Amino acid sequence: MSSLADLDIAEAAAGLRRGDHAAVDLLEAVLRRATITEAHLHAYLTIDHDGARAAAEQADRDLASGVDKGPLHGIPLALKDNMCTRGIETTAASQILAGYRPPYDGTAVARLRVAGATLVGKTNLDEFAMGSSTENSAYGPTRNPWNTDTVPGGSSGGSSAAVAVGSAYGGFGSDTGGSIRQPASLTGIVGVKPTYGLVSRYGLIAFASSLDQIGPLARTVGDAAVLLEAVAGWDPLDATSYRGDVPAITGGLDAGVEGVRVGVVTELMGEGIDEEVRAATRAMIDRLADAGAIVTEASLPATEYALSAYYLIAPAECSANLARFDGVRYGLRIEGDTTEEMMARSRAAGFGPEVIRRVLLGTYALSAGYYDAFYGQAQRVRTLVRRDFAAAYDNVDVLVSPTSPTTAFPLGERTDDPIAMYYADVCTIPSNLSGDPAISLPTGLDSAGLPIGFQVMAPALGEETMFRVAAEVERLAGFAARPFLATDEVISA
Amino acid sequence: MKWEAVIGLETHVELQTASKMFCGCPVDFGDEPNTAVCPVCLGLPGALPVANEEAIEGILSIGAALDCTLTESSLFYRKNYFYPDLPKNYQISQYTFPLCIEGHLDVDVDGTSTRVGITRVHMEEDTGKSTHVGDGGRIHAAEHTLLDFNRAGVPLVEIVTEPDIRSADEARAYGLELQRIVRTLGVSDAKLEEGSMRFDANVSIRPVGSTELGTRTEVKNVNSLRSMQRAIAFEIERQIDVMESGGTVVLETRHWNEDRGATTTMRTKEESEDYRYFQEPDLLPLFIDEEWQERVRARLPALPAERRARYRAAGADATTAAILVDAEGLGPLFEAAVAAGADPRTTGIWLTGEVVSYTRRENKAVADTALTAEHLVELAAMVSDGRLSATAAKEVLIAVMDGEGSPIAVADARDLVQVSDEAEIEREVDAVIVQHPDAFATIESGDMKPFGFLVGQVMRATGGRADPNVVQELLRRKAGA
Repeated sequence: MSSLADLDIAEAAAGLRRGDHAAVDLLEAVLRRATITEAHLHAYLTIDHDGARAAAEQADRDLASGVDKGPLHGIPLALKDNMCTRGIETTAASQILAGYRPPYDGTAVARLRVAGATLVGKTNLDEFAMGSSTENSAYGPTRNPWNTDTVPGGSSGGSSAAVAVGSAYGGFGSDTGGSIRQPASLTGIVGVKPTYGLVSRYGLIAFASSLDQIGPLARTVGDAAVLLEAVAGWDPLDATSYRGDVPAITGGLDAGVEGVRVGVVTELMGEGIDEEVRAATRAMIDRLADAGAIVTEASLPATEYALSAYYLIAPAECSANLARFDGVRYGLRIEGDTTEEMMARSRAAGFGPEVIRRVLLGTYALSAGYYDAFYGQAQRVRTLVRRDFAAAYDNVDVLVSPTSPTTAFPLGERTDDPIAMYYADVCTIPSNLSGDPAISLPTGLDSAGLPIGFQVMAPALGEETMFRVAAEVERLAGFAARPFLATDEVISA
Repeated sequence: MKWEAVIGLETHVELQTASKMFCGCPVDFGDEPNTAVCPVCLGLPGALPVANEEAIEGILSIGAALDCTLTESSLFYRKNYFYPDLPKNYQISQYTFPLCIEGHLDVDVDGTSTRVGITRVHMEEDTGKSTHVGDGGRIHAAEHTLLDFNRAGVPLVEIVTEPDIRSADEARAYGLELQRIVRTLGVSDAKLEEGSMRFDANVSIRPVGSTELGTRTEVKNVNSLRSMQRAIAFEIERQIDVMESGGTVVLETRHWNEDRGATTTMRTKEESEDYRYFQEPDLLPLFIDEEWQERVRARLPALPAERRARYRAAGADATTAAILVDAEGLGPLFEAAVAAGADPRTTGIWLTGEVVSYTRRENKAVADTALTAEHLVELAAMVSDGRLSATAAKEVLIAVMDGEGSPIAVADARDLVQVSDEAEIEREVDAVIVQHPDAFATIESGDMKPFGFLVGQVMRATGGRADPNVVQELLRRKAGA
């Protein structure tokens, strides 16, 4: 537990500048950690040894010659494998993209390179980010470093497991319905879904365009803030990216919660939420009140329908977004007698069952005669969800809830029950539908020794207040536990 | 029974913008296949579209020229269908809330004007090009298909009319006028043979007097306005034959076969696809505020109809006015010359006659000849004050276009200036009377038969340079005729 790999980003960065260690040492530390943990976790799909080493060496040379690129200079990070990286295999954990090497870096990736980060590799996910357990990966599941019989959550389970276990200092994922926050919750780390449009989606392999948002995973709230700052900001290549100034993110971390109005979402504190999770959430809320926050109940009545609406909107958008995977220009091709047959065979062979389920669901929801009852109705619910949030934020500064209704669940438990799996996102989906930011951070462990996540939500561009409250939660929780796998000792599973 | 045709047209126009609709690739068709491409127009994973403002300006100008309402808030949609030359397997297009709605275009056939309603003008992106290799280039028997994505993502404007057109001639007139407008706006070269302008026609028939619409067919693959006219005329006759022989017209898409001069079934509409339109989540709604709308309208150049009216007001007849609009560069010359005092009729005849034939013969644009409005004014003045005969003027005009100099300089150099000094001409007339006393006596007696002969003798004596009007006048006076 005294490995370099267990430092947080702020400590590692400070050590670099003090000369305690070099960027290549940080890289070696996470790579050594990975050699131990990967056999148990399978967090990474690709580790870019050569590229990472070259980047770390460059970071050391730069620093030696006085070029300091900021807080991520020389810091080894993990990227979800749906973020396009130039020349490095990017599969979205799908067979249909096996061997695909993008000719370009996505905007977030490019900004991380500019920030001097060492990009270690590409992490596992549910195929095309569709799932809540990382079991839907075509290349095998990722396991939870706290208990390898359980899932790390998903779909950014690879990044969350890597960050939790120390095979990266921080990571990036994408959050369409909770895919950053829920795995962060299940693996005991911090995960942020920024305001929709704050981080460019250019180069993120799209699942559901109106919901997808890239965000950071880290071991501390401060690290998460630094990671977000590096990638946030307008991008002319993404028409939906926010053109205004990036809100202050790291500014208010030490400001405390005195006078901050905190609303507890009634609908996310009742039935369906595990008793221990509910109790831990309630305990943290009480401590926030003790710390000076003004706590009230807040109601989001349309939340009841949010999950159903999400599972129409996201599949509808994905049915079009995934149409480009047809075997014509790139990716898997299974030949056929006609073009149509080639396309159909390639898609049938290249997509896994959950992806096919959602493409079919979405195609159906958009079909003539069904559109109004399904997609149209879901959009109306989305409007109601937005109104609920807006009304709630008239009276409170942030909303809080559990991140996930349960802690990490056993592998295989929900793979045959899609509805049970979809329910894992019940607390996180509303923020995707509204486009508002939300953060998850650990507050404690349940009786099985698994992390419990706490969610703080804020209005659009309210990142500063959200991080401010999260930082206080982090201090109040004093969560310092690490997964048993976070070690450089060889462990027999 | 008497039948009436009901026709609506859908027109696609490729905009010749600097870059494609949703990415920075150049709009260039001369390139090697698959060189004007990028992650966006190839539909690579993770790539996103960003709308091209120049293209939006282009479509708005088309909408404004067609007297459309420019909508303040407009949405992009995804039109979903699988086809190998459609990189994303959806086309970014518009559905409800297109950029321009409810306009009209007046077209003229043999002096009768018809108003064709414009339902909508919307923005979309073009597809790539498929080339089917093997077995005559037909997709079903092809061995393989070559794909070129240079055209993929080129801005495409679709213009949809109301079913207001009643004949193949009207359809052609509509097509021509729309082509003129698009070219006047400078947003596209609008060449049917190159595919930068494409027409699909919806054709149905109904008994004269009926207000119901008959079953329509959609006619595709017309590569010129002439073939559109022929295809529609054929389709009307075919439908009349079907109805009069007791059959029914089937809702279908029909393919125009230029060689056979006939339409054939392409696919019936029962097989038609459900495009599953939904709002494009990668693009924000477009807001065209009043200021932008006004800017577009203020920037509109003079449109063909307006220019025709102006030329007519300046003294051109209808045919001349139409040619002045259609032949590039003539209109401004006409207007400038007439404004500076040139006779509109003569100037119109020169421009639509000598100048047009010269530019065709020499394969030159008007602007590439040496001709200026000042030349026309000078030339017209020389004719009207009798210094130049009509025939000599045409010779001078051609020489001026060739760059030999101003009309006066050319006429002098070629010795074409007419003698219109009466005293000088009178001397020649008197000499001719002396040489041909019998002829003169005949006209004096009132028999005008030798009159032309005597005029000719004077002209010959002056080397053709005497003003024939003056010669005639003098002879008449002397003969007391």
